[in-house]
Amino acid sequence: MIQHLVILPILLPLATAILLLAGGRNRPAQAAVSIAASLGLLVAAVALAVAVNTGEMSAIYRLGNWPTSVAIVLVADRLAALMVVLASVLGLVNAVFSLGRWSRLGPYYAVFSQLLLMGLNGAFLTGDLFNLFVFFEILLAASYALLLHGSGRRRVGAGLHYIVINLIASLFFLIGVSLIFGVTGTLNMAVLSQRIPGLAEESRAIFHAGAAILGVAFLVKAAAWPLGFWLPRTYDAASAPAAALFAIMTKVGVYALLRLGMLCFGPDAGPSAGFGGAWVFATGVLTLGVGLVGMLAARDVGRLAGYSVIVSAGTLLAALVFREPAVITGALLYMAVSTLGAAAFYLLGGLVGGDGADEFEDPPLLEAYDPDDEGLYTEEDERAVVIPAPVGLLSAGFLICTLLIAGIPPLPGFLAKVGMIAPLLNQPPGPFPAAGPVLATILIASSLFSLVALARAGIQIWWAEPDRIAPTIRLHEGASVGALLFALLVLTFAIGAPLDYLQNTAHELLEPGRYVAAVLGPEAGR
Amino acid sequence: MEIVLALAIGVLSGAGIWLVLRPRTFQVLIGLTLLSYAVNLFIFSTGGVRIGAEPVLRGPAGSLADYADPLPQALVLTAIVISFATTALLLVVVLAARGLTGADHVDSRGDEEG
Repeated sequence: MIQHLVILPILLPLATAILLLAGGRNRPAQAAVSIAASLGLLVAAVALAVAVNTGEMSAIYRLGNWPTSVAIVLVADRLAALMVVLASVLGLVNAVFSLGRWSRLGPYYAVFSQLLLMGLNGAFLTGDLFNLFVFFEILLAASYALLLHGSGRRRVGAGLHYIVINLIASLFFLIGVSLIFGVTGTLNMAVLSQRIPGLAEESRAIFHAGAAILGVAFLVKAAAWPLGFWLPRTYDAASAPAAALFAIMTKVGVYALLRLGMLCFGPDAGPSAGFGGAWVFATGVLTLGVGLVGMLAARDVGRLAGYSVIVSAGTLLAALVFREPAVITGALLYMAVSTLGAAAFYLLGGLVGGDGADEFEDPPLLEAYDPDDEGLYTEEDERAVVIPAPVGLLSAGFLICTLLIAGIPPLPGFLAKVGMIAPLLNQPPGPFPAAGPVLATILIASSLFSLVALARAGIQIWWAEPDRIAPTIRLHEGASVGALLFALLVLTFAIGAPLDYLQNTAHELLEPGRYVAAVLGPEAGR
Repeated sequence: MEIVLALAIGVLSGAGIWLVLRPRTFQVLIGLTLLSYAVNLFIFSTGGVRIGAEPVLRGPAGSLADYADPLPQALVLTAIVISFATTALLLVVVLAARGLTGADHVDSRGDEEG
């Protein structure tokens, strides 16, 4: 039975999307289906993570039950399950938050959210490079639609850039994949990992070129400097719940780099060992620096959150180069916390409102394209329950987000930062000898600068211009953000089990033989 | 044969890159289309170029040299479908941008900041 649990995170959102698309316009029913499916997805994801964690081996799923040598495989190891859980949490928060006015900005919001989740989960679970490309395209296509949700000049302008950049990145992806296929004759990541040590010298150069081109494609998705200028404007233009979902999309790029870096360029890879590590480290540090400068320069919450996503991506790129379990454990915790923190930040930014706060009163022209749906902007959701005293709640949420993103005690953001910094000071094996302490210093500085930037934004919003705060929060909006932040607060006290899981993940990542053995059978693992 | 293919890929991607760097949305769109043609040909070439060799096994198999590698062809098919679909989507967004801003410059923001 566990075998089929592996494909459930892909099939469930797909089935939900089809159901929502075909299921007519009954809005309460749609909301119920979307929330129930997101809840089901979260349960399935957690069950998958628990199953993977207790079973000693990674769970492999061969599509169509073909023999492994020709099958397209899905592989659920601990890292993949962790990412699926993260995506499902965001999916559930998004499904609840976007009820009512947000999803009413345009048609099919819930459908595209589910398709985005399907693409994300597929990208995390696949064990095949070309399938990774296909799932990337699915999640990108859904993200184009989500970004344009609500339409308007800003979104279409930002969407145009976003789509062009991602199309070019996809071409890079294809070139890299085909170069790798041309030299190694396989697209299966486990087989690839086995064939690298034995590559001939002239093929190895082409393989490295292919891996580097593929890496460029992933770095574009991860919004690394200098390939990430698209991110702040794009995410700022998106509606708040869509931007919150996008918070995990840069992590897909980080995930792919981590997965392939660990599988293909570990110490067993012969002459290829450690390929690109110094470059990724340097890119990560530069991204981190540029993100911090951007945070200090940002003048509104949307841009601030965008640059904090870039800071998070840079931190992860730099930290995940180190082949040290403790550093990787801290970095994985940081990935989880910073993703959820950034998502909450975007949601709060949407509730606080800013330049685009009046879009609910003055919606852009969409009705003409959707003549059957009389109700895109009906008043029915204005009967929604409204929470009193929004300023207190929103500012409390803002404070929690600040502590999370800057990594200030007592929240798990701090634990993650310490989890990275402490082992880094012990000079773990890295791209160059002093890299660990250097990165630790930069991380400490990054906390300070993030705190300055966020505190200044807080002063601006809550004290300097209290009049611009939107007067109402709907119950479901407050509840979804509140639940997310509360879960993170609880995580501070219940960090034990998740931390064990992350430690196991780090050890598993550092032994690619276990992944290979899980996919190809025990005798194939070294 | 190889030199023809290489030249075709080179010309297509050269023209594509130049067009992508142009300021008008339609030029960017055509540039992306040319680039995806170039990439598709490139994927196709990774299987090795054979003349008159089939990718599909029929009857008893002869020598491996009689067949073309079928996997790159399958990959190309997928890549064509995906790039066609996303380019069509981009075309819609280009039209929407044209309608909203009244100009076809890639950085056009219209008369006022929206």
